[in-house]
Amino acid sequence: MHFEFQVEGGNFSKAGTASSQLKKILKQLNVDSRDIKRVVVALYEAEVNVVAHAYQGVIIIDIDTEKIRIRIEDEGPGIKDIDLAMQQGFSTASELVREMGFGAGMGLPNIKNNTDELTVTSEVGKGTNVHMLINFSI
Amino acid sequence: MKIKDIVELLNARVIVGQDQLDSEVGMAFSSDLMSDVLTVETENLMLITGLANVQTIRTAEMSDINKIVFVRRKKVSDDMIRLADENDMILIECDYSMFKASGILYQSGVKPVY
Ligand SMILES: Nc1ncnc2c1ncn2[C@@H]1O[C@H](COP(=O)(O)OP(=O)(O)OP(=O)(O)O)[C@@H](O)[C@H]1O
Ligand SMILES: [Mg+2]
Repeated sequence: MHFEFQVEGGNFSKAGTASSQLKKILKQLNVDSRDIKRVVVALYEAEVNVVAHAYQGVIIIDIDTEKIRIRIEDEGPGIKDIDLAMQQGFSTASELVREMGFGAGMGLPNIKNNTDELTVTSEVGKGTNVHMLINFSI
Repeated sequence: MKIKDIVELLNARVIVGQDQLDSEVGMAFSSDLMSDVLTVETENLMLITGLANVQTIRTAEMSDINKIVFVRRKKVSDDMIRLADENDMILIECDYSMFKASGILYQSGVKPVY
């Protein structure tokens, strides 16, 4: 199964709509609730990152019986030092993002923690690609 | 402990979920930081927070949290009510500080996550 969603940078009122739709889809597919939580928490963190740090993005999802593969590709400022960005506590979030309850530098480490594979690539001035894979436990 | 006991202990108001007053609460987590809430792995937990916006509800949705107490007199907005309704959540407003609300519930037997 294949799904695509658009993400608008800066629009916090809509942040999470893609994750919410994916959650409904996975529930319908009878995926184990713990797996659903890992998937939607990881996607939500990535979705909020596009809203918080980039201009616009697309989420591309492929699901089969054993696993889910998600690509989040955005147009934005990109990440200069990905190793640094992956460290817990590193954040360049704006005051607005902090007021929304985010910007603690915990998102990327939390994505790592919830996925079986994670690859982040980025080009400064162009954008960021986050690829993740989660194997279903049953 | 049931939601109706919590409402009484905290002198609070149920904004969404009037039909779920008998729902049980075992554990709770207090935080204004959604980044933190998203790292909690425990299931079936109540969130105590002073952050009242749509992302609070979204974060709860992704974390499988369906009970939220808003402390410090924070008001739940119409958008939050709509989203909470869609997800069968219980939203409660409370005038106490986060420390006081958490303290009362802890003393009454609600368990911490860690
Ligand atoms: N899509 C992106 N585009 C540009 N920069 C990004 C992107 N995602 C992450 N970053 C950079 O990496 C940093 C760390 O990201 P991470 O998600 O770990 O934390 P955060 O978003 O700042 O805070 P939190 O996730 O706790 O709300 C960000 O502050 C930002 O500088
Ligand atoms: Mg983040």
